[in-house]
Amino acid sequence: MKTAIYVFLVLVLLPLGASAEEAPAIDTGDTAWVLVSTAFVLLMTAPGLALFYSGLVRRKNVLSTIMQSFAALSIVSIQWVLWGYSLAFGPDSWGLIGGLELIGLKGVGPEPGGYAATIPHQAFMLFQMMFAVITVAIITGAIAERMKFSAFIAFAVLWTTFVYDPLAHWVWGGGWIGKMGALDFAGGTVVHISSGVAALAAALVTGRRRGYGTDLMLPHNLPLTLIGAGLLWFGWFGFNAGSALGANGLAATAFMVTNTAAAAAALSWTAVEWLHRGKPTLLGLASGIVAGLVAITPAAGFVGPVSSILLGLAAGAVCYFAVAWLKPLLGYDDSLDAFGIHGVGGVWGAVATGLFASTAVNAAGADGLFFGGAGLLWKQLVAIGASAAYAFVLTLIILKAIDWTIGLRVADEDEVQGLDITQHSESGYSL
Amino acid sequence: MKKVEAIIKPFKLDDVKKALGDIHIEGMTVSEVKGFGRQKGHSEFYRGAEYTLDFLPKVKVEVVTTDELTPKVVEAIMAAAKTGKIGDGKIFISPIEDGVRIRTGERGSDAL
Repeated sequence: MKTAIYVFLVLVLLPLGASAEEAPAIDTGDTAWVLVSTAFVLLMTAPGLALFYSGLVRRKNVLSTIMQSFAALSIVSIQWVLWGYSLAFGPDSWGLIGGLELIGLKGVGPEPGGYAATIPHQAFMLFQMMFAVITVAIITGAIAERMKFSAFIAFAVLWTTFVYDPLAHWVWGGGWIGKMGALDFAGGTVVHISSGVAALAAALVTGRRRGYGTDLMLPHNLPLTLIGAGLLWFGWFGFNAGSALGANGLAATAFMVTNTAAAAAALSWTAVEWLHRGKPTLLGLASGIVAGLVAITPAAGFVGPVSSILLGLAAGAVCYFAVAWLKPLLGYDDSLDAFGIHGVGGVWGAVATGLFASTAVNAAGADGLFFGGAGLLWKQLVAIGASAAYAFVLTLIILKAIDWTIGLRVADEDEVQGLDITQHSESGYSL
Repeated sequence: MKKVEAIIKPFKLDDVKKALGDIHIEGMTVSEVKGFGRQKGHSEFYRGAEYTLDFLPKVKVEVVTTDELTPKVVEAIMAAAKTGKIGDGKIFISPIEDGVRIRTGERGSDAL
């Protein structure tokens, strides 16, 4: 009887299976994972990054800092639907920019698009949207406590359009960096180098906060920062493992090295600070976590577990010295260390991808210098140099243009009183 | 009447409260304050940068009492708040002209 049932099932199911293989089908597992990852990455910005940053500012600016991240989410979500996605992922022109064919998401439907065969084109578009959102939100760390909210709105629209969208196209949208063979699994170049370098430009153009170097500017609520760091770590699994664009082994690999590198960098930052300043600090641990997550981002789908430990250990130490030594040496007020952690950590991650990548981990990748491939590191350096230079120059131009028209900074008096009251007529804490 | 103002180390507040209760002092006002004396401030480190904070957290205890009880109050606070280390704080004594219990309108030491 049992045998008869099996035979019946095989006869009925075989033709179904065969026909399913022929059509380019949406995989439910892949789709579920990418949609969930999209929500994870949203959580990184709001409230993850918002809380991370807000704890580091003075109490009079807690709301305005949070507001910048949430505004970035709202603004870029609309920009991406209207024209951002098309500029980044529309049909390629000269390897530099996407066409306008997908404006208003025309033709971006529930069927698979050209970038991921097993998930709806809309799911891919949404996942990428959240990357565009967090990138401009990261930059707010450099201009915290002094930029006009109206200036930030203009900046978010212009920067995403003229910096993020082209860079995303260069690397992932069929542009020249991707074609050259440089590797960026989840956005080390597109997200972290671009935002980090833009942050440096923004700190330089906007200028230091009033009283920088003389007044005490201490984090007003480190528990908020730690909640933010925890949400970032959690959300980063969507960021990196979701970048596999499928529920598969590659996603698991990316997940594993993401966690490992974050842990290693948390330990190394804390250890270096302990040796340098005599105490292990909670803020140091949190900063190390983010530095490690940033650095593993481009390498996530290409490196093995031991490589990720080495990559993370170096990330914590390198970013610590960028923040504790380089910043005071050069004197710029990158208030919350967006350049020191995302810029420097992003560059190290892109270099490390050129060192530690291995085709044994991902056959679609390449071998780095330590695994017998010399060419990759050179391509990585070209990608770093080009994207950093582009982001730096364009950010300078955009901010100068805003400064000359509506003005970048709040009035001196408003800065002293705090942005929460003067920009938004609200206070984070009563009494 | 006298007002005794004692600025003490925060962790000594419970000991001081108990010592004053033992000599039947029935009211006091306590506030969290910041300041510095010979102990000076302290350093904090954020992302490897050193910040010097001039003001240390202290607790101020205010007791208004009769002239006769004042020496006992000062002694009790001294005994309870002393650690022997720098930063134990100070006690200030000043005359009080009058006092009023709001509920009954009693004046002077009757209001205590």
